[in-house]
Amino acid sequence: MLPELGHFALVLALLLSGLQAFFGIAGAAFGRSRWVAATSSAVAGQIIMVATAVGLLVYAFVTYDFSVLYVAQNSNSALPLLYRVAALWGAHEGSLLLWIFLLALWTLAVALGTRSLPQRFKARVLGVLGLLSFGFLLFTLATSDPFRRLMPAAPDGRDLNPLLQDPGLAVHPPVLYTGYVGLAVAFAFACGAMLEGRMDQDWARWTRPWTTAAWAFLTCGITLGSWWSYYTLGWGGYWEWDPVENASFMPWLVATALIHSLAVTEKRGLFKSWTLLLAIIGFSLSLMGTFLVRSGVLVSVHSFAADPTRGRFILAFLGLVIGGALTLYAWRAPLLKSNAGFELTARESFLLFNNILLVVACATVLGGTLAPLIADTLGQTALSVGPPYFRPTFLLAMIPLLALLAVGVHAGWKRGNLDHRTRGILLTLVVALVLGGAVVLGAFGGRHWLAVTGMTLGGWIILSSLLDPIDRLRRSLSLPRAVLGMAVAHIGVGVIVLALTGVESYTTERDIALGANETARVGGYDFTLAGTQPVEGPNYSATRATVLVSRDGALITTLYPELRRFWVQQQERKVAGIYNRRGTDLFIALGDDLGAGRWSMRAQIRPMITWLWLGPILMALGGLLALTDRRYHLARREATAPAAAAGERA
Amino acid sequence: MSPRSRSLPALVAGLLALLGWCHPALAVDPAQLSDPRLQARYEVLIHELRCVQCEDNSLADSDAWIAADLRREIRTMLQQGKTNRQIEDYLVSRYSEFILFKPRYSWRNAWLWSLPALLLAIGVTVAVRLIRQRAALVDQDDSEPT
Amino acid sequence: MKLGRFLIPLGVFALLVLFLAVGLNHSREVGVLKSPLVNHDIPQWELPLLNDPQHRLGSQALKGQWYVLNVWGSWCPACRQEHPVLLKARASSSVRIIGVDWKDDDADANEWLTKLGNPYTDVVSDRAGDTAINLGVAAAPETFLVNPEGVIVYKQVGEVTPRDWQNEFLGRLPPELARSAP
Repeated sequence: MLPELGHFALVLALLLSGLQAFFGIAGAAFGRSRWVAATSSAVAGQIIMVATAVGLLVYAFVTYDFSVLYVAQNSNSALPLLYRVAALWGAHEGSLLLWIFLLALWTLAVALGTRSLPQRFKARVLGVLGLLSFGFLLFTLATSDPFRRLMPAAPDGRDLNPLLQDPGLAVHPPVLYTGYVGLAVAFAFACGAMLEGRMDQDWARWTRPWTTAAWAFLTCGITLGSWWSYYTLGWGGYWEWDPVENASFMPWLVATALIHSLAVTEKRGLFKSWTLLLAIIGFSLSLMGTFLVRSGVLVSVHSFAADPTRGRFILAFLGLVIGGALTLYAWRAPLLKSNAGFELTARESFLLFNNILLVVACATVLGGTLAPLIADTLGQTALSVGPPYFRPTFLLAMIPLLALLAVGVHAGWKRGNLDHRTRGILLTLVVALVLGGAVVLGAFGGRHWLAVTGMTLGGWIILSSLLDPIDRLRRSLSLPRAVLGMAVAHIGVGVIVLALTGVESYTTERDIALGANETARVGGYDFTLAGTQPVEGPNYSATRATVLVSRDGALITTLYPELRRFWVQQQERKVAGIYNRRGTDLFIALGDDLGAGRWSMRAQIRPMITWLWLGPILMALGGLLALTDRRYHLARREATAPAAAAGERA
Repeated sequence: MSPRSRSLPALVAGLLALLGWCHPALAVDPAQLSDPRLQARYEVLIHELRCVQCEDNSLADSDAWIAADLRREIRTMLQQGKTNRQIEDYLVSRYSEFILFKPRYSWRNAWLWSLPALLLAIGVTVAVRLIRQRAALVDQDDSEPT
Repeated sequence: MKLGRFLIPLGVFALLVLFLAVGLNHSREVGVLKSPLVNHDIPQWELPLLNDPQHRLGSQALKGQWYVLNVWGSWCPACRQEHPVLLKARASSSVRIIGVDWKDDDADANEWLTKLGNPYTDVVSDRAGDTAINLGVAAAPETFLVNPEGVIVYKQVGEVTPRDWQNEFLGRLPPELARSAP
């Protein structure tokens, strides 16, 4: 009975989202204020229905209702509670429901959180979001209903994929999807502007916090995924340039360009059509990511079960939504003109390069990801593209970008005024170069020019970002959150660059074979196998090894890597033993039982890897700080007062 | 890894069933070559070659038996004195270029390798043109940053 | 051109959708390696017979006749699915069908053949897996069709369905082999 209610709730949600779309868009277009007012009610109705559906599915999981096909496929009587709930998004149908739920939540947030928005414009935004909800709900009900029944009910479920049975599952998809879906808000704002036929600096001010929030979530989501795969997959990799990873990275690159483009549009009324285009592209990459994961078009470790029918539906949806938006763009964008000017060394100039380089990087990743498909379509023999392609080509656009970042943070709006800052810029560069060189040569035993470049760039960015805040504090000037947020986020970027340089250049990895009380030396650390023992988990049997890690004779830590065999799916999963020593990870994972108590293992020493996770957190934190700046919460703004702006750089 | 699919043609179902063999445990391979230079080349090679069964992993990270066999084959060829190119050529002749993670430098792949530089050139040109346009407007423009 | 440039994003997008649509129709073959050995000479191979390791069978000895080479293992679930098709093929045609028992165990292989029936005219074993690599085998089952000149005229990746046997194999064999022996 309850699953049928869930299904029915989704049908109602479909109708309500359709109404939301209709009232919002038609109401605004024809000036029907009653319809416009009704949009919010439709939003409220939709979220109630979607939440009900989600709640009912969670209930089915928690109560072991194996008469629901999706539950039977992804759960089991021995599955712990946390995973029974998280299994909701463990496979295709449920993850779609998560998408829909998050979209409804974002829509609700927009409906409630934008009091200063003109009614008609807001209705348009909610209407576009309603269209998106409608499409996804239609897709779900037509091809991927999570409430399908299994008659007769299975006696027990097939269990959740063992690779997903880890706490990381509880956080990574929801946070990542929140980011993906949040880009829909920027998209809706862009469509609203295009439908309205105008786009001014107020529009940019409204759009910025939403976009920054989505971007921050996407940053955290991608980082969580990277961290999760690092400790859970057993070979210690954190980024493989896998098609699905790329599918999450591309929207992030465009979203980063978008938040910067919005800054220029807000400040100077420039780059309007750029900003529109980026908002459309960002969300379309989000949708395309959804497509790639579910259609079987590309080979990936992350793919959900491939199904061309679903692929066709999503592609059609993608075509309609983005095609429609781009047509609107071709029609409206030519009207957006501005006569504002800026100098070569002005902030606008740097941000223009920032956007172009990010888009170039994104296009490069897109090209590489789709290359096998393109070669196949053109009838050529197989083409394969992996990390050896992506690494150098990505760096090609990124290295200039990072250098420009270090300089650009000092540039003033419109007139640059970099000559006042030249000393600071050069000083920070020299310090970074010296420190970077010292670290490379001294701590790690000098190597690649790339390592020196990376260390220098990272250090330069950090020092550069600190100059302005410190200067303001010294002169007792105000330090608005927007400025502080920007500095923190850029410092985060610098930290990531340093971390990547360290990890990529100086990781030591070796596969070893150890018997009881045998030791192997990897990267200066001694790994000794003390012994192994069998352990039982709630739904698995495992072998747990005790590995002592010492250096120069002194014991540093004991690690307990495990090899778990899950009863139901008969699949294995490794749990690595990781210890963090001053930013360096000592990593060990079990391999094969070689017999007679001997085991093969993979040992890694990964310097600076902690900074790889902290950097993005700083970035997201910076974004959060910036979006809570007072300027976004003032009801109305006076005409710009140049004097007031003089004290603020941001 | 991808959860088992349900209603698919037999061919794909068969392949996907085999994907279930692609669990990480067997990827760890302590076999090493005694010559450190050969070992270094070996480590680079196995990271740059795709596992032909678990196609998203490199030979270094894949559990499939075929990956272990291929690693062994590569070690043998290295010890026989073959160059990296010869080893790659042999594998490509058997498994097609799909086994390489790095697309070969060839006229066929020229578009792929020149794409990034081309995009960069276009991007920079566009940016420079735009900046020139705007720089010319600076003195006539009396708007100030809000 | 001034206004036309705003249509560029739409144009690029349309192209992208086109590629993805074509890719969708190809997706059945995604990940299936198209072997570069088809229409080339089969690499020289020679393997010991399963139950008589003193004697070996190889590509040189087989020159001058058509043969089907099927790579299988008792550990392989898809091979089990394909097995009945091979049995039928053996019964209804007179082409030589050679089974290559890949990365398997003698006892398991024999048990399999006894329990499920032996569709092969000859069974050889590749314990180390070197020959399989030399033939470009990525997974089991894979089946080759080799002509008397020693050229691989067709390679099936994955299990052979009755339709595959009919169209791809029988369709290429000379008519006298496509019938069972008198």
